[in-house]
Amino acid sequence: MSAIHCHQLCKTFRQGDEIITGLDHVDITIEAGEFVCLSGPSGSGKTTLLNAIGGLDTPDSGEIRMGDIRIDRLERGPLADMRLHHIGFVFQAYNLIPVLSARENVEFVMQVQGVPARERHRKTSEILREVGLEGMEERRPAQLSGGQQQRVAVARAIVTRPDLVLADEPTANLDSVSASQLMDLFVELNQNHRITFVIATHDKRVMSYARRLIKMQDGKIIGDEAQ
Amino acid sequence: MRALGQQFNTLLTLSWRNLWRNHRRTLIMLGAISVGVWAMIFMTALMRGMVDDMLDQGIRNLPGHIQIQHPLFLDDPSVVNNIPPPDGALQQALNQPGVKRWATRIRVPAVIASERESRGINLLGVEPAAEADLSGIPTQISDGRFLDSNQDEGIVIGARLARDLETRLGKRVVVMSQDPDNNISERGFRIVGIYRAEIAAMEEFNVYAARDTLQQLLGIDNRVSQIIAVGNDYRNIEPLYRRLAAATPDGLEIKPWYEIDTYLAAMFNMMDGFVLVWVIIIFMALSFGLVNTLVMAVFERVREIGLIQALGMRPRLIVYQILLESLLLLLTGLTIGNLLALVTVKPLESGLDVSIVAEGMAMMGAGSMLYPKLTLHDVVLANTVVIILGILTSILPAWRAARLNPVRALNTT
Repeated sequence: MSAIHCHQLCKTFRQGDEIITGLDHVDITIEAGEFVCLSGPSGSGKTTLLNAIGGLDTPDSGEIRMGDIRIDRLERGPLADMRLHHIGFVFQAYNLIPVLSARENVEFVMQVQGVPARERHRKTSEILREVGLEGMEERRPAQLSGGQQQRVAVARAIVTRPDLVLADEPTANLDSVSASQLMDLFVELNQNHRITFVIATHDKRVMSYARRLIKMQDGKIIGDEAQ
Repeated sequence: MRALGQQFNTLLTLSWRNLWRNHRRTLIMLGAISVGVWAMIFMTALMRGMVDDMLDQGIRNLPGHIQIQHPLFLDDPSVVNNIPPPDGALQQALNQPGVKRWATRIRVPAVIASERESRGINLLGVEPAAEADLSGIPTQISDGRFLDSNQDEGIVIGARLARDLETRLGKRVVVMSQDPDNNISERGFRIVGIYRAEIAAMEEFNVYAARDTLQQLLGIDNRVSQIIAVGNDYRNIEPLYRRLAAATPDGLEIKPWYEIDTYLAAMFNMMDGFVLVWVIIIFMALSFGLVNTLVMAVFERVREIGLIQALGMRPRLIVYQILLESLLLLLTGLTIGNLLALVTVKPLESGLDVSIVAEGMAMMGAGSMLYPKLTLHDVVLANTVVIILGILTSILPAWRAARLNPVRALNTT
C-alpha cells in the first residue's frame, strides 16, 4: 500500500445557518516515501484533508484511494482495520490514553493488531529509546511533560511501521527544542524506513523540513512545490 | 485466536482502569449494586424459608408426599371408603430405596367428649413408629408421651383441644364414630399425651390413637384409610410417584401431595416466579444508577473514544469495552453482594423468632420461627438476572460510544 490519490474531494460543514467549505474539489497525489507538509492558515482545509485521507471523516464527494483501496467507500469496520494496519496518527493535542502508561500507550495499537507480547515489548522498548523516553516507560501521561507526551504519541504512531503517518500540527504545543527533535525524528524515520509523512502545519520551521510543500486556502490547493 | 486474546486483554485493562478513574462514582455504584444484590438474596432467603415452612407444615398436615386411598376417600373420608393394607407389588415398591418412610393410617370423622365438652375431630389411627417422619407430632409433645405401639390404648390430643374440652393429661375422654355398617362405635380413652402444633387448626382437630386400636373400635379388621409414603425430597417426588403408581392395584387411587393440596402446589410453583419478579424489580431500581454511570463514563471519555477509533479499534470492540466495563462493575458488586448475603443469612439459618407476628404467620400456615434458606438456585438466579439485564442495559451507552464520529469526538474539549 503506497500512494494516496485524492480526486475532486469536496467537504462542507454546517455551522448554524452557515455552510463552510472544508475541501473544494481537491486533487492531490502523494507517493510512497514522500515527506509532505500541508500549509495554510487556520480553516484552510489542512486538517479536513488529513482526516479524509486517514478515513476519520468521509468526503461529501470525490474519491480517495490508498493503493487500490477506495477509502471513501469503506464501512466503519474495514476503515478501522485500515487505520490500524496502515496509518499512524499524531495529533496536535497529544491524545494519549490517560489510564495507560507510556509503554502501554505505545503497545496499544500492536495489542489490537494481535502482535505477540514479547515482540511488542521489544519493539516498544526500542521505539521509546529512539524517541528519548528510555526509563519513562511506566509513567502515565499525567507524569510526562508535553514534549514527552508528544514523543509517546509519535512512538505509538510509528511503532508498527505504518505506510503513512498523518500528523496534525504535531509541534504546536512543543517548545522549539522539542519541536526540532521531533522533526529530526520524522525525517530520520522517513529516510530510514520509507514511511510517508503528511504533516499539516502553519509553523515555518516545520515546513522547512518538508521535501514537498502543499499550500491550501479556503479548501483549495493553491500551491504544490518540491523543496 | 491470539489476536482475539490480546484484544481481550487490552479491553480488560482499559475497562478495569477506566472503572477506577472516578473512584467515588464507582464506589457509590458498587455500593448500590452490592446492597441491591444483598437485598435480592436476603429477602429471597426469608421468603424461601417462609414458603418452605408453609409447605413443610402443609405436607405434614396432609400428611406424606404420596397417598394411596380409596377413589372416593378424599371427597368422603368416611370409614366405608377403606382399603386393604399393601401387599405384593405395592409392598415391594414401598420397601425399595427412595421411600424414606411409609405407613398405613386410619382417618375418620369422630366426636370426642370430656365430662364437660364435646368437639368434632379428625380421628387418626397411626403407626406411632412412623409418625415422626409423617406428621412430626411425636416431636411436638408438650405433656405426657406419644403413643408407643400400634396397640396402645391411649390417645393424644392437641393443647387447644384439651383447653376446649376442659380436660388434661391423664383424664379419660370418649370417642364416638361410625363403623362401616353405620352403627355408632365408641370407647373411652385415657389422654396419654398433649401436643402443640405450629398450626392451630391441627391442635384443635387432629386426635391420634393407635391404628390397631381404632381398627378394633371401627370393626374394619386390618383395613385402613390410607397408605402414606414419604420420599427424600418433596420437590422431586415424581420418580417415586411413578414407581408407586405402577405398583398400585386397580381400584385404588394414588396421588402426590401437589394434587392433594393444590393450594400448596400453587404456592410451590409460584415461588420461583415470585423470586424472579422480585429480583427484576430490584434490578430495575439499580439499572438507573448503572445506566447513569455508564452514560457519564462515555460522556467523559468522548475524546478518548474518538482516539481509540482513530487508532483503529473497530466499533465492535468499543462496544465490548464499554460492556466489559459494565460487566466488571456488576461482577464486583455481585461478589460483594453475595458475600454480604452469605454472612447475614447463614447465622439466621438456625431460626429467626417472628413470634411477634405469629398469628399472621399461622394464618398463612407458617410457624413463629422463620428459617431463612439460601439456595444455590436463588443465588444463581439473582446473579444471572443482574448480569443479563445489566449487560442489556449497558448496550445503549456502549452502542452510542461506538457510533461516535471520531473527528467530532477528538475535537471535544
